[in-house]
Amino acid sequence: MMELLAFGDTGWGDELLLSMVMTILVSTSSLAFGLIIGTIFASFKLSNSYILKTIAEFYTTVVRGVPELLVIYLLFFGGSGAVMYVAKIFGHMGYIELSPFTIGTIAVGAISGAYSTEVIRGAILAVPKGQFEAAQTLGMAKYTMSFKVIFPQVARLALPGIGNVWQVTLKDTALISVTGLVEIMRQSKIAAGSTHEPFIFYTVAIILYLFITSISYQFFNRAETKFSKGFVREVS
Amino acid sequence: MRFELMYDSFFKIIQGIPLTLEVVFLSTIFGLFLAVGVALMRVSNNKIFSNFAYYFIYTIRGTPLLLQLFFIYYGLAQFSFIRESFLWFFLEDPLFCGILTLTLSTAAYSAEIIRGGMQSVAPAYIEAGSSMGMSKMLRLRKIILPITIRQALPAYGNELILMVKATSLISIVTLMEITGIARTIISKTYAPVEIFIVAGSIYLLINFIITRFIKYAEYRLNHGSIQ
Repeated sequence: MMELLAFGDTGWGDELLLSMVMTILVSTSSLAFGLIIGTIFASFKLSNSYILKTIAEFYTTVVRGVPELLVIYLLFFGGSGAVMYVAKIFGHMGYIELSPFTIGTIAVGAISGAYSTEVIRGAILAVPKGQFEAAQTLGMAKYTMSFKVIFPQVARLALPGIGNVWQVTLKDTALISVTGLVEIMRQSKIAAGSTHEPFIFYTVAIILYLFITSISYQFFNRAETKFSKGFVREVS
Repeated sequence: MRFELMYDSFFKIIQGIPLTLEVVFLSTIFGLFLAVGVALMRVSNNKIFSNFAYYFIYTIRGTPLLLQLFFIYYGLAQFSFIRESFLWFFLEDPLFCGILTLTLSTAAYSAEIIRGGMQSVAPAYIEAGSSMGMSKMLRLRKIILPITIRQALPAYGNELILMVKATSLISIVTLMEITGIARTIISKTYAPVEIFIVAGSIYLLINFIITRFIKYAEYRLNHGSIQ
C-alpha cells in the first residue's frame, strides 16, 4: 500500500498532493468570485429598485433550487459558446475555449455566490442603523461610508456565514471533476482506475478532504475570535 | 432559443421524475429514522455512542457526496469477500448504492438539525414529565419529539431541498433521472441553455412544492403555540 502512495514515478503520492493544491486553488478562487457576486447581488437586494431586486431574487432562487451538477453542465457545455457570442459582438471571430479551471471557478463561484448573497445581505442588515446615520451626519459620501464604515463591520458579521459557504464550496468543487479538472476527486478516480485499488484511493481522498475541512474550520474559528475582539455578543 | 427542442426534451426529461422522487422519498424516510438514532447517540451520556455519532457526522459533513458515492459503489466492490457475500446483491446495484449514500448523508445532516431541536426543549418540560412518573421512552415520545419536530422543521425543509438537488449525482453512476436524461440530450443536441431551462424548471417546481408543504406543516404545528 505504501508503494501506491509513494512519491515519484512509481506511486501516486505527489499526484494526490498536487491535486489537493488544485482543489484548494479552485475552491479559494470560486469563493472569491462568489463573494464578489454576492456583494453585488446583496446590494441589489437591498436597493430600492424593483428591477434589481427581482433580478437578484431570480438568481438566488434559481441557483439554490437547481442541482449544482446541472449548473456545471450548463457552463461546461455552454460556457465557451457564451464567451464566443460576447466576443463576436466586440468583433473577435474564431474559437475560444475556456479551461476547465475557468469553467469550474465560474460554475462553483456562481453557486457559492447565491449563498454568499444571503450571508452578506444578512450581515448588512445586522449593522446597527446608527452607524449609517452617524456616517451621514459626518457628511460622508456614499462610497466613503460604504468602504470606511459599513464594509469593515459587514466583513466581521459575515465571517461565520462565509465559513459555512466555504465548506459547501469546497465540497462542490468535487463536481468539477466531471469537466476533467484534475483535483482530488478526479485524481483519485484516475489512480483507482489504473491500479484497480479504488478502496485505498477513495479512502485517501476522504482523508484529504477531511484534512482541508478541519484546517479551514480552525482557521475560520481563529479569524472569528480575532475579529470579534472587543465586541460583546448581544444576547437575545 | 429552439422551442421545439425544448418541447420535445420536456417529455423526455419528465420520464426521469419518478426515479428522482423515488430516491428522494426512500432515502429521506430511511435517513430520518437513522438521524433520530444518531442524534440520540450524540446527546447520550455514553462516551462510545456520542463519539461514534460525532465522527460519523464529522466524516459525512466533511467530504463531498460524490466521493461518498464512489467510495460505496466502486471502493467497497474491490474486496472479493464483499463480492462473494450476500451484500454484493445490493452493492452491485447503482440504485441501491445511490439510496444508501444519500441515506447516510441526510442522516448526518439531519442528526445535527434534530440535535439542535432537542437541545431547545426546556429542561423544565422534561422535569415535569419525570415528576409525573413518565418513563424515559414515554417522555421522548410525548414531550421531546413533538417539540423537536416543531423546532427543527424549517431547517429540515432546507435539508429536503438539498436532498432533491443531491439526487442529481446518481446520474454519474449511470442512473437516468432528470439530470442524467438532461445531460444525454445536451451532449446530443448541444443546446445547454434550452435543456437547462427545462430541467431546472422541473427541479424548481419540485422544490417549490416541498417548500409549500413544509410551510403548511409549520403553520399546522405552530397552531396555538406562542412564539
